[in-house]
Amino acid sequence: MIDKKHLLTTEQMANFVADGYLRFDAFIPDELNKAAHAEMEDGMIVRGRGGTVLNDVWTDDSAVGKVFRLPEVQGIIQSLVGEDPLYDHHAVHIVRPQNEVGQIWHADAIIDLRMHFDIQFFYFSHDTPREMGGTMILPGSHYRRVCETDIARYQNFLGQMPVVCEAGTLLVVHHGMWHCAQPNLTEQTRYMFKLRLNPTVRQRQLWNTEDLDAAPIHGILGRNHRWYGNDVRLEIVNRIKQWRFLIGDDSFDVGYWLSRLENMPEGAQEAA
Amino acid sequence: MPELRQKLLVLHLHTPDLNSNVVAWAMYDGTGTKRHTTGDSETPPYNSVVEAMRDGWRVIQFPQQFPAYPGMEYHTSYLRFEYVLEKLEEIQ
Repeated sequence: MIDKKHLLTTEQMANFVADGYLRFDAFIPDELNKAAHAEMEDGMIVRGRGGTVLNDVWTDDSAVGKVFRLPEVQGIIQSLVGEDPLYDHHAVHIVRPQNEVGQIWHADAIIDLRMHFDIQFFYFSHDTPREMGGTMILPGSHYRRVCETDIARYQNFLGQMPVVCEAGTLLVVHHGMWHCAQPNLTEQTRYMFKLRLNPTVRQRQLWNTEDLDAAPIHGILGRNHRWYGNDVRLEIVNRIKQWRFLIGDDSFDVGYWLSRLENMPEGAQEAA
Repeated sequence: MPELRQKLLVLHLHTPDLNSNVVAWAMYDGTGTKRHTTGDSETPPYNSVVEAMRDGWRVIQFPQQFPAYPGMEYHTSYLRFEYVLEKLEEIQ
């Protein structure tokens, strides 16, 4: 059991639900960044079989194994998908020098109807300035029902976010997040390590819930993303449903959005 | 006769109103002058479809509007208000 101080807060969890990601800048110690970078350059990182318990994939001398065994990272994992998640897959994403074309927008995998969610880590082991990329994400896109590269016709959105960061930065995203690798205009190869994990437990109040009643949940879950346009209210409904699932309370609402729809007076007993 | 090639501008709007704000955009250049790509601009080239029309772009596709299928009323997926515009330009 990880120390509670490493778990996510309720406020962080609400931000994950609203935006589909959390970002931890310069989070991994530099000696591990250098070692992980070397492993990626050498192409030596062991590949596990999908569905393996995460802790069984990498040995203690693996640098990326050490990264994901850090208590601070274990706290993120436990908060979102529980203590013993399954390794789904990993990928070392490489963008060669002087690559002027961005990857097409996509979501990973296929249309996923589950309320349970997988997480994906994006780990940047070296400094990533804008001219080097990095990975572009579209905050708030994670509940959109699309199949992988169905969204490849799009190019730019208001609020798109290139991950420009220092070495050791870690993003954790909902499996539905839209993203694309960005051009690398430098002379150095760019690396990003992606790891997908599956939950093995019911995702209910796995984080540090001490601030459950104090966190500004309603404001966070009512947040707009400018590219939503007229769909923002539908996205708030998606978030309310996810938050109900996460806290185990089917009466939770933001404003009156779902309660209004759930009012079914025709089914009520007639007053005597 | 000059040789003409098509440039396409795809604008996604806040609402179906052609005056409403652009929330996403893409450009495809058939003249071969430029290869547009993901994440290549932070601000849209025009604020609305009408603004693009005033600059000579011709609207060639309106988004169709359908009521939500039963059971899918609250689902979101693609951007719904997608307008396709074109310009024809001479090539050298």
